[in-house]
Amino acid sequence: MDEATVRRVARLARLEMSDEEVARLVPQLGNIMTFVEQLGEVDTDAVEPLASVADIDLRLREDTVTDGGIANDVLANAPEDMEGFFVVPKVVE
Amino acid sequence: MAQLVKGETGDWEIVIGMEVHAQVTANSKLFSGASAEFGAAPNSQVSMVDAAMPGMLPVLNEHCVYQAVRTGLGLNSKINHTSVFERKNYFYPDLPQGYQISQYLHPIVGEGKIEIDLPDGTTKEIGITRLHLEQDAGKSLHDQHPTKSFVDLNRSGCALMEIVSEPDIRGPDEAAAYLSKLRMILRYLGTCDGNMEEGSMRADVNISVRKPGGELGTRAEIKNVNSVKAVQQAIDYEVERQIDILESGGTVVQETRLWDPNKNETRSMRSKEEAHDYRYFPDPDLLPLVLEQDYIDKVANDLPELPDQKKHRFMEEFGLSLYDASVIIAESMRADYYEDVTKGRDPKIAANWVINELLGLLNKNDKDIAETPISASQLGGLIDLIADNTISGKIAKDVFAEMFKTSKDAAAIVEEKGLKQVTDTGEIESVIDKVLADNPDNVAAYKGGKDKLFGFFVGQVMKETGGKANPAMVNEILKKKLS
Repeated sequence: MDEATVRRVARLARLEMSDEEVARLVPQLGNIMTFVEQLGEVDTDAVEPLASVADIDLRLREDTVTDGGIANDVLANAPEDMEGFFVVPKVVE
Repeated sequence: MAQLVKGETGDWEIVIGMEVHAQVTANSKLFSGASAEFGAAPNSQVSMVDAAMPGMLPVLNEHCVYQAVRTGLGLNSKINHTSVFERKNYFYPDLPQGYQISQYLHPIVGEGKIEIDLPDGTTKEIGITRLHLEQDAGKSLHDQHPTKSFVDLNRSGCALMEIVSEPDIRGPDEAAAYLSKLRMILRYLGTCDGNMEEGSMRADVNISVRKPGGELGTRAEIKNVNSVKAVQQAIDYEVERQIDILESGGTVVQETRLWDPNKNETRSMRSKEEAHDYRYFPDPDLLPLVLEQDYIDKVANDLPELPDQKKHRFMEEFGLSLYDASVIIAESMRADYYEDVTKGRDPKIAANWVINELLGLLNKNDKDIAETPISASQLGGLIDLIADNTISGKIAKDVFAEMFKTSKDAAAIVEEKGLKQVTDTGEIESVIDKVLADNPDNVAAYKGGKDKLFGFFVGQVMKETGGKANPAMVNEILKKKLS
């Protein structure tokens, strides 16, 4: 784990980080990675990925309209809205 | 037939693969019960799932699964018994989840192929790499305000099929033919309405060039190509751009470029490289989708006759040319119409009337077959009147024009306007006698060897009868009288 990787991961997650925070996180994230990488020692070549510990199938729903029509609720948390739209800082130049 | 482009250093071959996003025809969204209909007031078709409120869970729409399998079978593709939904992570204001639920390593549909029809009358096979199900994003409007973007999440969460082709496409014509055929198949299947203006079908085009048969060049991905014409223009532009770079000693950069239909150019989107680090992983909210063979067989049994099957059947059963068959099968409603007209009638004559007269006039009036003022049985009635000699082919065109205007039956118009063909020998004879008596000079000239005057006499007889005399009988009797 190095500073560049920490900065990259922070950027991908849209987290702003000071130089001190980055320096503090390098060993911490490194430790976590080392811990998780122990799993690589297990031979899983013949093992199917386990999607769930419960033996259940994916549930499907019927194709009917049962939701929506709640624009006011959907917009309730928006810092800014206008005429039913979310309003955000301009995202193209 | 590879289409080569001449450059300064020799020929170049174009290599194209396409990714088409097709909105699945369904009432509700892929993972929520909000309506998937187009054109509603902003954010009025958004559930808390689509808005990605904490704790909301996606539940898969069974009809979207059915539609994807149906489409896969229509593309002659392998249906995968197990497929997995994964999260594709990126940030954008119209993606409230911060990730798109898509399929990555295990798509619902695997390899297949379709046949495309080229302008020179040949066909070619294009491989399908895969089809997967994914969520659409919301819609951002950037031109409403100088410093703000407006976001509508109505489209957020609607089901899309991403259909990826093999890099088998060799030029703008083939790309156009591929997109047209794909659209046709989707519309036959009823799995996507294929409406490119409303954005229910959108294409990304991967383009590279190489020396014929050489190693693949570096490709650029062109986004925002949303009509068949734009696909052709974007390819023309991009191919020239890449050849210019290569021939002046440069290298093509692998990047995403945007097609600008106003300036007719592609330009780099200049997005940061790390923006493409999507960090896919299986969505922990969703189990793998398992499809039993019984289910797949049942979907297969529901399939309609597809465009290419219909095309080949029309060529074999009705003896139509590839061109005529391709025109007729372009829309399933058109094909149904033709089959109704041709029932019990000459298939080639029926094809002529449908293609040359009906489609011609519909086109001129900016209508499609669904809006035809002449029903299939009415057009059939007109053809019957020609076949049994009630009217001549020439009069039939006038009757047809009248039918198009009034939606009346051919027989009624013929009756009303007294257009019945004269097939009574006595009547035709008396008209001919009159014409010959009125033109003694011409009769003498004809007998003196001016054969060309025969046409003059026919014309006069037709004029006298208002075009209603049976032309074959006129010819026969005239010949006798003049000999």
